[in-house]
Amino acid sequence: MIVLLASLPFYPLVSFLVLIAFGKKLSWQLAAIISVSSIALTVLVSAILLFELSASQNQVLTVNLWHWFDLTNQMGTSEVNMRFYLDGLSAVMISVVTGVGFLIHLFAAIYMKTDANFSRFMAYMNLFIVAMLILVLADNLVLLYLGWEGVGLCSFLLIGFWYQEKSNILAARKAFIVTRIGDTSMVIGLLLLFNTFGELNIKAVTTLAQQGHNLAAGSSPVSSAEQANDIYWIALLLLGGAVGKSAQLPLQTWLPDAMAGPTPVSALIHAATMVTVGVYLIARMHGIFLLVPEVMNYVAWLGASTLLLAGVAALAQTDIKRVLAYSTMSQIGYMMLALGAGAWSAGVFHLMTHAFFKALLFLTAGAVIYALHHQQNLFKMGGLFKKLPFETSLFVVGLICLMALPGTSGFFSKEAIIAQLWSSSTAGPMLWWCAILGALLTSIYSCRLFFLAFLGTARFSENTHPEKSTLLRSALIVLALLSLFGGLIPLDLTLVFSTVIQTPLAQLIEPTWLHTVAIITPFIGILFSWFYFKNYRLSPLKGTKHNIQPSKGKFVVFCRQGLGFDACYNALLVKPYQWLAQINKHDIFDQIIMLNAGYVNLWHDSLIFVQNGSLRWYLAAFGLAIMLLLGVSLL
Amino acid sequence: MTLSLIMLALLITGALAWRAERYWQGSAKWLALMSLALLAITFAGFVINYAISHNNDFAQLQVLSRINWIKTFNIQYSIALDQLSIVLIALTWLLAIICVLVSWREIKRHVGFYYFNLLLTIAGIIGVFVAVDMFLFFFFWEVMLLPMTAIIAIWGHEKRYFAALKFFIFTQVSSLLMLVAIIATGYFHLLQTGQLSFYYLDWLLLDIPLEISQYLMLGFFIAFAVKLPSVPVHSWLPDAHTQAPTAGSVLLAGVLLKTGAYGLIRFVIFLFPQASVQFAPIAATLAVVSIVYGAKMAFAQQDFKRLVAYSSISHMGFVMLALFAFNSMAYQGAIVTMVAHGLSSAALFAMAGMIYQRIHSRDLADMGGFWQSAPRMGGFALAFAGAAFGLPGLANFIGEFLSLVGVFQVMPEFAIIAALGLIGSAIYGMVLFQASFQGAPKREIIDLQSRELIICGSLLLMLLAIGLYPMLLLKFSFGV
Repeated sequence: MIVLLASLPFYPLVSFLVLIAFGKKLSWQLAAIISVSSIALTVLVSAILLFELSASQNQVLTVNLWHWFDLTNQMGTSEVNMRFYLDGLSAVMISVVTGVGFLIHLFAAIYMKTDANFSRFMAYMNLFIVAMLILVLADNLVLLYLGWEGVGLCSFLLIGFWYQEKSNILAARKAFIVTRIGDTSMVIGLLLLFNTFGELNIKAVTTLAQQGHNLAAGSSPVSSAEQANDIYWIALLLLGGAVGKSAQLPLQTWLPDAMAGPTPVSALIHAATMVTVGVYLIARMHGIFLLVPEVMNYVAWLGASTLLLAGVAALAQTDIKRVLAYSTMSQIGYMMLALGAGAWSAGVFHLMTHAFFKALLFLTAGAVIYALHHQQNLFKMGGLFKKLPFETSLFVVGLICLMALPGTSGFFSKEAIIAQLWSSSTAGPMLWWCAILGALLTSIYSCRLFFLAFLGTARFSENTHPEKSTLLRSALIVLALLSLFGGLIPLDLTLVFSTVIQTPLAQLIEPTWLHTVAIITPFIGILFSWFYFKNYRLSPLKGTKHNIQPSKGKFVVFCRQGLGFDACYNALLVKPYQWLAQINKHDIFDQIIMLNAGYVNLWHDSLIFVQNGSLRWYLAAFGLAIMLLLGVSLL
Repeated sequence: MTLSLIMLALLITGALAWRAERYWQGSAKWLALMSLALLAITFAGFVINYAISHNNDFAQLQVLSRINWIKTFNIQYSIALDQLSIVLIALTWLLAIICVLVSWREIKRHVGFYYFNLLLTIAGIIGVFVAVDMFLFFFFWEVMLLPMTAIIAIWGHEKRYFAALKFFIFTQVSSLLMLVAIIATGYFHLLQTGQLSFYYLDWLLLDIPLEISQYLMLGFFIAFAVKLPSVPVHSWLPDAHTQAPTAGSVLLAGVLLKTGAYGLIRFVIFLFPQASVQFAPIAATLAVVSIVYGAKMAFAQQDFKRLVAYSSISHMGFVMLALFAFNSMAYQGAIVTMVAHGLSSAALFAMAGMIYQRIHSRDLADMGGFWQSAPRMGGFALAFAGAAFGLPGLANFIGEFLSLVGVFQVMPEFAIIAALGLIGSAIYGMVLFQASFQGAPKREIIDLQSRELIICGSLLLMLLAIGLYPMLLLKFSFGV
């Protein structure tokens, strides 16, 4: 069994190596079979592992691959190993990564069939799965960081997959550098963590931190006050890492641009898996976060503000993929909100259901875009309901999950989050209202998207050519079924999130109308949109010719561009850095040192000028010197 | 004895190669390659044999020979080995072979003389790593400098004379300071024990008062800081690296800079521990400035090789910072960073050379979209750039991480600023890779040939091996 766990990332790794080594020599069939079947194998192995895990004694499987290196500080030496650790939380993650990953691979194999660099594309996708599996299986934070950077690199490669376009490579660069800023914060967090606890093993760190906390609760010695301060900073720095990867405020700007990548990439990396690793990190380190309620409160507020901000931005987008990108951001905001409120299981549950329905939405959007000859502009769609009934119905499934209409998976997970906010000691009624407002925004932008793309009249002239491949469609159908019924998957994470910390019991009494409000909010949004976006929904009356155009109002444009964050960072960080680089292109230190050379050269020239071989000049100098000497001696 | 013979053999085969090229064209490179491979094996055999027969793991300096050289001044020919020098010599052998391979097609003029210079430089470098008589050390220090200057001045690019001169003057001026410090310390030995001595192990026993030792330490420090190089005395490096032929850059970045770090460890920190501790805040500040400034300057460059050169300054800053943290963790980090940087910068310079051979330009503006026609090359370039920006799984990450962990325990503020270098390195790494291999294809180039595949493949393999299994390197139980 241990061998199976150890081998999990190696199937896609082998596939990656084969695809890279043989590259274009492989036919489409062969490349597709190798890459997709390697993922199918991981799905199979994960299924066996899940079964084993539930049968095992303490619900934990570990396997040590090899000893990586040692870290020492004054407290002693701790080993950093290549070791995998499978518990309930990582089990959820590997199921999502391999399961959704498999469906997306299947979709991608057909969707990208005609691309000249098909095998390279699949190779990157495989490598991504490798890195992602290492990330979620890591038993220590250094190995986690290896996966963390690995997924970042794959994200960079896949966003810039069509590297000949300038805009794509800029988007890829932006994604990498912005997330790298978060990563650096995480590295500093690791340094502080090791300095405080002398350990980077996740389990050990959690235990040590909680022991320290419980001791402090009893006697409160001075040293633990210092430790408490350290833990505060550790949590904050780790949050920095999470914020970068999960595209939360203030490092969210890379995600909308990342939509430059092929659509399966957006579905796999920028919706279902990679962008949620920040959530995973915080859930994984919940032992640390529980000790610092202030930071949990920040997490909640950060999540809530991203949720609202992204919801507003989504309302103003014209590109179908960018709407979905902002929607992803805002849904991750929900997860963060859940984590901040201490609703760990609910957050992870939403992570899972979101992976299902957002992957479905992205892939269906991809199918639509494909059918429309790579048209992504919502204002050039319309009326697709009649032309693409299959895609439309799947999209509707995705949207009702996103809006969390009762019965869908999104409903279960989102309700689970909202239900815990009001009485949580680190969240509270204010954040509950934010979540409700977010749900309202979600349903409004979902309706706007649906009306614009699928209802009304067609605003394009070419014929649609949908991809009718059965494999592709079956991948979509499975995802749709998961989205609808994924909420019924029992998720028991009590073992993972059980702690020895005593959390204060909820003091607030919940009003009885909470649940009712939460359930009807999406419907209010739909009702509102039904009337507000009437233009988008209805065909124009005969004779009148009203053309639907995106609004050019200042505020709408401001929202469309992500509420000014990009412009702000550009002015405050990018431009000054470039300016600094530009004015000091010739290296001020070098110029100062080269002044010496200039000085020597000056003397060289002057002396050469004096030694010009002309007799007149020498005589004159001679005479002048004698006069000078005489003059001086006479004085 | 074997070690001395190896150095002598390098000199002799160098001379042979020079002559042989006149009779059989193309023989010099084969001769150089063969002799390097053979001597590297001999060296490995010698070390293993010595370790087994003396039951010794080289944790302490093992003096191998000690012969009187200049009696009047009690100068000896004495050489020794320990783990540090073995690691660095092993790196030297590897990169020397890489150097011959990258020069295979590139060098067309004075071929024989070129290989003579190359082998002489390598002999000098090995001498620097083994000499334990300070006068001998200084001798080898100069031996490695002169042929290197020749390599830049004769086979370099368009501004080669200027670059060679700059390289020479920087190194000469700084090594003069070292010479003064060497003589002063020897004289101090005379005062204290009644006998002049330049023997390193004698010096270790000296008890020099702090007010004197800080000046002596400074003399050594400046020489090695120039070689390392550290801001503000770094500016010879971008010129020398850019103008040197590919093998010159590989050797400069891969090994010559390491002699600076080696000197810092052996002759600054070990000889003058107290003065170094006192000096640490200044050294650490210079190191941190080098890290950040190097990364920033790398971003501003338009020249592929110049960009890599500035990135070297940034990376060597990590080494200096780690060394002046006086922490065993950081020390290990410094060693790994030295080796990792040797491999990764050598790889990037080799890549620059391969591109230059194809398009006859180092300007990033002339590059772009090479991935289209040379995907293998692109893959390697990405991996090497990844190594440079500290991608986990490759060697540089281990070095930087261990250094940062160590430094953080001693001076957390410095570690935090140094960690910001990670952002800077990501920025220039992206610029380097994207400007050359992504974007609209400007022209078609030929993908890697088998010889080039061997170069890139072996370097990547080493980077991966150290990155995934650093115990290979750390098994030598380094301790300050």
